[in-house]
Amino acid sequence: MSDTYVKAVNSGFTATLAKRLGLPRPAMLRRYTPGEPLRTGPVLVLAAGDPTSHADADALASAFVGWDLDVRRSWGEGLGKVSAVVVVLTGLTHPDELHSPALELGSVLKQLAGGGRVVVVSRAPGEADAPAVHAVRQGIDGFVRSLAKELRAGATGNAVQLEDDATVGDPSTLAAVRFFLSNRSAFVAGQLLTIGRPGVPDGAPDPSDSTGLGNGTKLEDSYWDAPLAGRVAVVTGAARGIGASIARTLSRDGARVVLVDVPAAGDALAKVANELGGTALQLDITAEDAGQRILDHVRVRAGHLDIVVHNAGVTRDKLLANMRPDQWDLVLGVNIAAQLRVNEALLASDLFRDAPRIVSLASTSGIAGNRGQTNYAASKGGVIGMVRATAPLLAPIGGTANAVAPGFIETDMTARIPFATREVARRLNSLQQGGQPIDVAEAIAFLASPAAGGVSGQVLRVCGQNLVGA
Amino acid sequence: MRKDPFVTTDPTNETPAKKTAAKKSPARKPPAKKAPARTPAAASSPSTTTSTTSTTGHASGRPARRAVILGGNRIPFGRAGKAYASASNQDMLTAAIDGLVARYGLAGAQLGEVAAGAVLKHSRDFNLTRESVLGSALDPRTPAYDVQQACATGLETFVTLANKIQLGQTESAIAGGVDSTSDAPIAVSEPLRKTLIKLSYAKSAGQKAAILAKLRPKHLAPAPPRVDEPRTGLSMGEHQAITTLQWQIPREAQDELALASHERLAAAYDDGFFDDLMTPYRGLVRDENLRADTTLEKLGSLKPVFGKRLDGEATMTAGNSTPLSDGASTVLLASEAWAAEHGITPLAAFIDAQSAAVDFVHGRDGLLMAPVFAVPQLLARNGLTFDDLDFIEIHEAFASTVLCALAAWEDDEFCRDRLGLDGALGTVDRAKLNVHGSSLAAGHPFAATGGRILATTAKLLAQRKAETGKTARALISVCAAGGLGVAAILESA
Repeated sequence: MSDTYVKAVNSGFTATLAKRLGLPRPAMLRRYTPGEPLRTGPVLVLAAGDPTSHADADALASAFVGWDLDVRRSWGEGLGKVSAVVVVLTGLTHPDELHSPALELGSVLKQLAGGGRVVVVSRAPGEADAPAVHAVRQGIDGFVRSLAKELRAGATGNAVQLEDDATVGDPSTLAAVRFFLSNRSAFVAGQLLTIGRPGVPDGAPDPSDSTGLGNGTKLEDSYWDAPLAGRVAVVTGAARGIGASIARTLSRDGARVVLVDVPAAGDALAKVANELGGTALQLDITAEDAGQRILDHVRVRAGHLDIVVHNAGVTRDKLLANMRPDQWDLVLGVNIAAQLRVNEALLASDLFRDAPRIVSLASTSGIAGNRGQTNYAASKGGVIGMVRATAPLLAPIGGTANAVAPGFIETDMTARIPFATREVARRLNSLQQGGQPIDVAEAIAFLASPAAGGVSGQVLRVCGQNLVGA
Repeated sequence: MRKDPFVTTDPTNETPAKKTAAKKSPARKPPAKKAPARTPAAASSPSTTTSTTSTTGHASGRPARRAVILGGNRIPFGRAGKAYASASNQDMLTAAIDGLVARYGLAGAQLGEVAAGAVLKHSRDFNLTRESVLGSALDPRTPAYDVQQACATGLETFVTLANKIQLGQTESAIAGGVDSTSDAPIAVSEPLRKTLIKLSYAKSAGQKAAILAKLRPKHLAPAPPRVDEPRTGLSMGEHQAITTLQWQIPREAQDELALASHERLAAAYDDGFFDDLMTPYRGLVRDENLRADTTLEKLGSLKPVFGKRLDGEATMTAGNSTPLSDGASTVLLASEAWAAEHGITPLAAFIDAQSAAVDFVHGRDGLLMAPVFAVPQLLARNGLTFDDLDFIEIHEAFASTVLCALAAWEDDEFCRDRLGLDGALGTVDRAKLNVHGSSLAAGHPFAATGGRILATTAKLLAQRKAETGKTARALISVCAAGGLGVAAILESA
């Protein structure tokens, strides 16, 4: 789907006109292409004044050097643009201490390049922590969300929050910081991702096993080129739209893909499967035995299943007063009941044991609600509850369950929204535009990656920081 | 008692020409009792009394390697001039191949061979299968060739490829078939064609003018493709009407078979049986000819269309005859080693096949009766009877084609005199016959029917074995224009 307004305000005469008129000028967002450098300009690493923040900033800076980034620890006026600022606040214990790092960040924001990144690394408060600790850490939450709304020209602000004994050196922390720094997160803004300790598989984890990414495991440089190499992924609803994009992205990142969609979408499904060298499985996921049929499909062909992306979903929008039973049942049946049933089969299967990943599609409607979508929001809210409760079930085998909540994404579905409503919906976020299917797919590929083992039970919004669903 | 215009019980009525024809009949000397019976794998057949030593190796008459069916894919069959009106044979065959490739993750794979064919074929499609492969997701270095044996094209293509696999000449193959009666080739009239050829050799303008002057307006009328038999001028339906009358197949029996075909195919769709055998195409998700809601009353209300000029009741209607159709089908087959290497579980194994032909021009046998002769030979050679079979698939060119075959096999006299058996071959249990419907409901794009039946049967066999844990067997029989017929036996893998 194309957004002609974004194109118009970014090129030629119409761009000049829009500038003169002071119209909102959403930026053309840069998306990831394989092989591109992580950042093309200097990356500034700032730290709060305490020793913990300093030490963590040093550790991150040295990891960044390993990623071939142009790392700087200070910046000044007249030095030109910085492409990203990483602010480490892991040692803060009182809101007073936020003063200097916040204002130091503020002093360089005008030098942040178009498409730049601000990533705040902080720590989640523990139950035993003092009120002041809770205050500053919760305060960072509000700080980041507000900052993200002030950034312009396609720049985004996000935060990584370490929980319990997670450290900045954990693969999950590095992977999350890298995701936010990269163009993979072009449409993710104002989000806080919590990093915990990855679940450790029962028995002694083999340190040489690239998927059992526990604490202290070093990620090889080559890991980032194909994080999903050797993994087998099932994507439901993969015939078109966001599902097809997810399949392409997982495949690009090295996964072997199994594409699932209803038999009626089989021809489109076959095209995507052949494009990716994957296999097509025509299956209605609401079938009682859908989980078993997915497992049967991969059992002989691949011998294991590592990633399941529950993307298939439907909408039947109606005001509750006018809702027909079949409209309610279909939406709940496809969007949540089917996922619960499939997950039960997955959890019981010996094929789904190697640090598996479940990523489910939620929606900002499931968080903030949406008029005319009581059924849809109930199902998508259900998805959020499901992944939260599934996460601990998967932890013993090093697995994770997460959800991605897309905001306004340019698809065939949103193209059918009436013009005026669509235009408003597109602009109501920090990036002033709709996202692309690839933006959702990138977030899913990150959550599905072996290094994201410390991210579980969470909902990552891909919405450009939409005003609703905050 | 059948009404045989040639009255075999009265030899004086038989002309010398017909005697010769009958002698040439392949069933004249059935190898039933003489040929060593092959032992079906697992040797569980109660009727098998011969060697049960080895199921592999040539000593037992079995090939050293088995050719196994791994799966199939077809597009839903369309009615002529409807959903696929603008699709060419190449479009449909390519779509059917691509769907199969997607199901088994074979994009970019180099297969041993792809063979397919079409009955109604444009002359420009001289390399139809190869062109379809080049347009598909397969490695362009996959060899391909065309096969054509009228309605038996699909089954014969499969048999040929299976034999190659058994012989070790190839490891993997796709057997396919396609036909479009909508996008059929239309030729010019013979006088116009000959004039145009002469014209291409003419040198001067004068010569050209002289040649063109001989053309008459009637020569410009196009010559559409005909499904009439070239040697008799009769349509297939008219031929079958003669056989139907000969075997006195009642209208009700034909309508009942047609109804069962529709009901069973619809039920199979509802059960999701075709979810992994079919890929939708151009908006069709089910066979366009399928009438899930048809009834005996509706079928009974149709007027006869064939046999109206014969001396007897005309019983064949549009409801109990297959319509002209468009569609394509494919079957993936391979050696067991290739299947294992690619992580694909075989559904069924190819056991044996037999072709036959009848002299329908001068002889007594109906145009579509050749399988009646092929089947007993095939069963005898494999030491099997109808009772040993779990599924019997007989292509429904017309309801009466199936019923004539069943009647012939139940007829002591016919089986003794014409098939050289001791008595009737046996009765086909209707519960085993075309269990998920056949061509009357699905439609019959000539060359695509074999692939449709093979994939359905292979899946049925795999399901039956999974249920019972025992080897399951099936017989497939396809009649074809020109008095041809091909039969094959499959066994669960």
